[in-house]
Amino acid sequence: MMATAIRNSASRGTMMSRQISGLRSMSSWWKNVEPAPKDPILGVTEAFLADPSPDKVNVGVGAYRDDNGKPVVLECVREAERRIAGTSFMEYLPMGGSVKMVDETLKLAYRDNSEFIKDKRIAAVQSLSGTGACRLFADFQKRFRPDSQIYIPVPTWSNHHNIWRDAQVTQKTYHYYHPETKGLDFSGLMDDVKNAPEGSFFLLHACAHNPTGVDPTEEQWREISQLFKAKNHFAFFDMAYQGFASGDPARDAKSIRIFLEDGHHIGISQSYAKNMGLYGQRVGCLSVLCEDEKQAVTVKSQLQQLARPMYSNPPLHGAQIVSTILGDPALKGLWLKEVKVMADRIIGMRTALRESLEKLGSPLSWEHVTKQIGMFCYSGMTPEQVDRLTSEYHIYMTRNGRISMAGVTTGNVGYLANAIHEVTKSS
Amino acid sequence: MASSMLSLGSTSLLPREINKDKLKLGPSGSNPFLRTKSLSRVTMSVSVKPSRFEGITMAPPDPILGVSEAFKADTNELKLNLGVGAYRTEELQPYVLNVVKKAENLMLERGDNKEYLPIEGLAAFNKATAELLFGAGHPVIKEQKVATIQGLSGTGSLRLAAALIERYFPGAKVLISAPTWGNHKNIFNDAKVPWSEYRYYDPKTIGLDFEGMIEDIKEAPEGSFILLHGCAHNPTGIDPTPEQWVKIADVVQEKNHIPFFDVAYQGFASGSLDEDAASVRLFAERGMEFFVAQSYSKNLGLYAERIGAINVVCSSADAATRVKSQLKRIARPMYSNPPVHGARIVANVVGDATMFGEWKAEMEMMAGRIKTVRQRLYDSLVSKDKSGKDWSFILKQIGMFSFTGLNKAQSDNMTNKWHVYMTKDGRISLAGLSMAKCEYLADAIIDSCHNVS
Repeated sequence: MMATAIRNSASRGTMMSRQISGLRSMSSWWKNVEPAPKDPILGVTEAFLADPSPDKVNVGVGAYRDDNGKPVVLECVREAERRIAGTSFMEYLPMGGSVKMVDETLKLAYRDNSEFIKDKRIAAVQSLSGTGACRLFADFQKRFRPDSQIYIPVPTWSNHHNIWRDAQVTQKTYHYYHPETKGLDFSGLMDDVKNAPEGSFFLLHACAHNPTGVDPTEEQWREISQLFKAKNHFAFFDMAYQGFASGDPARDAKSIRIFLEDGHHIGISQSYAKNMGLYGQRVGCLSVLCEDEKQAVTVKSQLQQLARPMYSNPPLHGAQIVSTILGDPALKGLWLKEVKVMADRIIGMRTALRESLEKLGSPLSWEHVTKQIGMFCYSGMTPEQVDRLTSEYHIYMTRNGRISMAGVTTGNVGYLANAIHEVTKSS
Repeated sequence: MASSMLSLGSTSLLPREINKDKLKLGPSGSNPFLRTKSLSRVTMSVSVKPSRFEGITMAPPDPILGVSEAFKADTNELKLNLGVGAYRTEELQPYVLNVVKKAENLMLERGDNKEYLPIEGLAAFNKATAELLFGAGHPVIKEQKVATIQGLSGTGSLRLAAALIERYFPGAKVLISAPTWGNHKNIFNDAKVPWSEYRYYDPKTIGLDFEGMIEDIKEAPEGSFILLHGCAHNPTGIDPTPEQWVKIADVVQEKNHIPFFDVAYQGFASGSLDEDAASVRLFAERGMEFFVAQSYSKNLGLYAERIGAINVVCSSADAATRVKSQLKRIARPMYSNPPVHGARIVANVVGDATMFGEWKAEMEMMAGRIKTVRQRLYDSLVSKDKSGKDWSFILKQIGMFSFTGLNKAQSDNMTNKWHVYMTKDGRISLAGLSMAKCEYLADAIIDSCHNVS
């Protein structure tokens, strides 16, 4: 019956559209839609995949690879999946996500026996990995502190700018990377913190700064924290690499622990994309430390209110993997081992790359390669040099000179060093 | 309010050491320090800056979740949860489709990796979902005129489209049915897209106010977006007839409106994937440009995996490419790329002829159970109710939900007296009803309808 209706209507439709065509030719509503620029990071992988060269190397996107250049699924994850498969229902999670997963995640950031957890002072929701956590916070900031701005380090992960822009929060920047030393511009940073209006919101990378790999020292973090106190600034930590930076999750959370000790009420975005290799599962957590339990409940309700019209409730699978692993001491122990293996491999590749470049007789200093930490190395190469690496050597990376060390292997480090040497030796 | 920053590291200050000049004033302008009754309690405060979250009030409870919570708290044996918008078996248990378990086991065996999907999602999923919706050989697909990207189930897909509307059609309005799924308004509000309602539900007939609907769509400024439920309208269960769909398409075209379909129940309404897509395909035949949001929460039982898609049918492949790129640009700062698990399940099920067949069978079973329960409820009502009231609207409605026509007071009576949990708009979820409970429910409805006003 419906088919007949469709047929009849189709012929009517053609008649109608011919009648309408006087008003508006069969042109599109979408004439004014321009093609969007390629995402600078994800676009690199697209280009890499399209390249037929057998020598091609992808040191673009920050996804871990083993020494054979292959993606890795952690053993603890496989085991968790075996346990989960076919066992549970797929009913909607609450808007705030998996309680079990959030509880375990807070322990990682705030410490197992944190008083803040005990006192229920943390408003926390499961989020769509780090991106989703940052976006929820940005929307929350916009809704409840509409006049506030966010101070973002220069440089930062490019998507940070997209997130706060789409949340319509005004952005300011603060000095961070020192191009001459290829290290931290600490005095520039402190000046900017001091000069920002009291009560400003700052985005901080908790560890393994993306894209530079440059982190403040512990002593520097303490100074930053003290200055934040004096200025009553709000610290929002993006922690995407806990465990992945040094191999030790407690150590990687040091900056956060310092701020907590100093009494700051902070916000944290956590992601399991890298440290548990759950990239595509989109698992993370947004937490906001509040004054008391009552406020935490209130803030959580508002975070949920923001999530509901974005995706209703977060995806289950990744959260189940996380809570299965972290909830089982043996599996958790295995995870910690595997995270250390990944971190160690990267540290090893940093050394290898630096030594290769030095052996090639590069006129430049490559000390920063081993001083920097985490997945990324800010090489100091210019966009033009990067373009040469791509066009002449089929090496793919982002044009800011960021090398994803996770993509470096014993098999390609020599080739990579040679190419870098070739494009930089005359600079 | 007392200090929000306790400095545990520094020496604690005794009240006499605090320099009042350094105290920050509270939001009202008065000095909070002076308000405290006992000075000794303030020793811990270094500075009395008010919390930056001071003015944040508690968000209202979700109208649907609140129902389930109240149900859980009820200890009465006879209690029945008809608030839940999730399929339940006859034993009132949640249901994971066998074909889903199969797909998951396959995925486990294959040892798929967990790498990031591209921003637009899993290609195999995007292909499968568009084909399911329009039919594999459909011209809009062959001619590549559909921009499809994987979204976070129905909600996320609707939100992406709403953001696109806000960005490229500033000031354009979306018309939504009165009533509609509660979250539609939230989505357009948060995306800052203005909306208004078109008449839909007629409480007098407990059916469709078709004249009102057509009038309101005609009245809307040219080029408005019209949100239509593809099938199994939520919350009423009342769908236009095929002839009415034709007239709706006519008036939409006449006014140059842009249709925006929410398809959350394809296959789940009638039991047939193709039949449930008829309204969408009708519009596609007309050559219109329009949006379709899809969800696999109900029809594949993948609720928690958040798997759906937004499709934008454009008049050219070039437009589709551009639109797709802009949808990606909206998604990137929301969640970067969508979750892989649900997408793989769908792609595996649809991509394998055997599993696809099994899925269709399970879907028919689920839709069949709901139809059977509807019939049983109707039969119980007719046999028990001596008033001569026409209960046939129950049979005319389709999908998971039924709008009973009960008002708020009557719905409250359902809960307070009969321990039947439902939403205040009179909606019951038949997915939560078993054959065994139909008679009890009929008693409750009859009582609430006739004895409460």
